[in-house]
Amino acid sequence: MSREQFVRRPESYGKDISACGVIGLINHDGRRVDGSLITRAMRNMRDRGNGLGGGFAAYGIYPSMKDLYALHVMYDAKSDARDLETLLDGCLQIHQAEEIPIFETKKIGSHPYFKRYFVSPPANRPADDGDDDYMVSLVMQVNTQTQHAYIISSGKNMGVFKGVGFPEDLSEFFRLDEYEGYIWTAHNRFPTNTPGWWGGAHPFALLDWSIVHNGEISSYGTNRRYLEMFGYKCTLQTDTEVVAYLMDLLVRRHKLSFEQAAAVFAPPFWKDIDEMDEKERRIQTNLRMVYASAALNGPFAFLLAWSDGMIGLNDRVKLRPLLVGTRKNTTYMSSEEAAIREICPDLDRVWAPQAGRPIVRRLDDDPVRAIAE
Amino acid sequence: MSITIDARGVYYRQLNERVREAIRSGETSIRIFNVTGQRYIGGGLQSPQVTITVEGVPGENMAAFMAGPRIEVFGNAQDGVGNTMNDGQVIVHGLAGDVVGYGMRGGKVFIRDDVGYRVGIHMKGFMDKQPALVIGGCAGDFFGEYQAGGCLVLLGLRGEGRASVVGDYCATGMHGGVMYIRGALRESYLGKEVKRFEMEDQDAARLRSVLEDFGSTFQIDEDLMDFGRYHKIIPVSARPYGQLYAY
Repeated sequence: MSREQFVRRPESYGKDISACGVIGLINHDGRRVDGSLITRAMRNMRDRGNGLGGGFAAYGIYPSMKDLYALHVMYDAKSDARDLETLLDGCLQIHQAEEIPIFETKKIGSHPYFKRYFVSPPANRPADDGDDDYMVSLVMQVNTQTQHAYIISSGKNMGVFKGVGFPEDLSEFFRLDEYEGYIWTAHNRFPTNTPGWWGGAHPFALLDWSIVHNGEISSYGTNRRYLEMFGYKCTLQTDTEVVAYLMDLLVRRHKLSFEQAAAVFAPPFWKDIDEMDEKERRIQTNLRMVYASAALNGPFAFLLAWSDGMIGLNDRVKLRPLLVGTRKNTTYMSSEEAAIREICPDLDRVWAPQAGRPIVRRLDDDPVRAIAE
Repeated sequence: MSITIDARGVYYRQLNERVREAIRSGETSIRIFNVTGQRYIGGGLQSPQVTITVEGVPGENMAAFMAGPRIEVFGNAQDGVGNTMNDGQVIVHGLAGDVVGYGMRGGKVFIRDDVGYRVGIHMKGFMDKQPALVIGGCAGDFFGEYQAGGCLVLLGLRGEGRASVVGDYCATGMHGGVMYIRGALRESYLGKEVKRFEMEDQDAARLRSVLEDFGSTFQIDEDLMDFGRYHKIIPVSARPYGQLYAY
C-alpha cells in the first residue's frame, strides 16, 4: 500500500496546542453501550489531536460470532480485496465476509476500503500451533507480504475502527453508534514523528489485545528488533504498535501477569529495587535483565484492553496525564477528567494513578472495592 | 456587578473571550457553570478586583499568567493550574493534576485535596513577590523540583498510613525559598541539595496566617497548627550547579 495515499494535510497550522488524548471505559457488569457514548467523551478532548488520526477499540460487538476471529482489513481499494481473499481462502475457514458499513462524510476525505471476515483456522492444519499462534503468524504474513492490504484487528468479539480524521468524525464514518460494547477505548492523535496515515492511527491490535497511547516510545527500534526474534513484524510506522505485540508475547506466550508486564514496560529504578524485600527484588531484577529489550523508554500514558479487562499505565516518571474515575459498575480512564465528566457527571471516585503502577480493571471486578492504587 | 455564564458546549476561546468582555464592561463577579475542560480560564487576566467562580472541571492551564483576579473552583482541576502565575489567588475545592504552580512568581494557590506530579517546580520569588502554594492532601514525585523561591506547603491530609505524603525526588535541585511538609516524609526522597530542619517559632509565625486562611476556606476541622508534625526543607547551597560548567 502506498502509505502516502491516505495521508491528509492538516487543515490548519494555526493550532498552538497539542497532545494525544486517550479515554476508555469498562462496564464490570458486562453491560454493553453503543459507540456514541465514548465518542461524546472523546469529542471533549478534540484539541488534544489535530485531525491526523483517531480510532476506537470495542469489545463485545459481535456476540453472534463470538467464537470466530473477526478480521478487520484495510485495503487500498475495493479491487485489492480479491488477492487477499484468495490467500485467506487457502488457509482459513471464512464463515462470513462483508464490507464494514461506512457513512460517507465530507469530514473524512479519501479513505481505504474496509472489509471484515469472521474466520476460524482450518481443522486440517498441523496440530503443533494453537489457534492464536496460527492467527498471529497469518496476520504478520499478510501485513508484511500482501500488497495493498493490512489486517488492523484480529480478535474475537471485538474490533478496531481507525483512520485519519478527528475521532468523532471517524466514529460517524464507521457508524459506531450501531455497535454495542462492554469495553471501549478511544484515541485522538497528534502525530509527532511518524506519518498520519490510516494504518498508523491508534488503536493497534493483535488477537484481542488493543492499545491506545499518548506519548512517544523512544525505544521503538530496540523493541521492534526484539519482537522480530519472536516473529512479530512492525509494519504500521507508529511506535505504539510494539506494545500490542509485546503484550501478546509477555502475557499470552510467556505467561507473565499483567503487573509483571507493566513492570517490564515501566521498570522500577535500580535504587528502588534495592529497597525491596528479597523475593520482590529477585523478581524485579530478573524482569529487568530478561526483558531489557522490552522496556519502553519515553513518556507514555496508555490504555491496554483485552476481552476481560483494561489496564491504564504511565511511564515511571509520569510524563503524560492519566486519570481514573469510577461510577457504580463502570471504570473510566482518561487523559482528562473533563472528558469523563462529559458522559458521567457524577463519579464515585477520581484519582491519578502513580507513575509506573498499572491500574488493572477486570470485567468481573467490583469497582466499589477499588482502592487507591 | 455580577454575571453568570453557562459554559455547556462553549469552546474555550469563546468562553474566555466572554470573560474578558465582561471584565471590560465593568463586571467584577463572574460565575461560570457547566465547565467541562475549557482551557486557560483566567489566563492572563490582570484585574485584582475580579472574582471568578468555576463550577465543574476547568481544563488545562487555568490561571496561567494570571496577575490579579481570584478564581474559586467548585470541582477538581486538571493539569497546569497557575502556570507562571504572577498575582491573585486560586482556590480549588477538590484535587488538581500535574504541574500545579509551574514557574509561579506571585500570588496564592490553595488546593484542598491531592495533587499530581511536578507540583511547584521552578517556583520563584523576588523581594515582595513571594508566591505561596498550599496543598491539603498528598503530592507525587518531583514536588518543588528546582524551587527557587516562594513558599510551598504540603499538609498531607488523608495521608495517614502512607510511608510518605510526598513522592520521590522532592526538592531536587531546590536552591531558594522554603518548603513545609506536614506528616510522614521519607528522607531518601529528598534531593541532595536540601536538608530537613525542625520548625522554629518564626516558621510557625510565618505559616499561621496562611493556614488559618486555608482552614477556613475549606472548613477543615483538623488542627493544622500542630507544628511538631511539620518538616521544614530549605536548600543548603544557593547555587548547587554553580561549578557544573566551571571547568
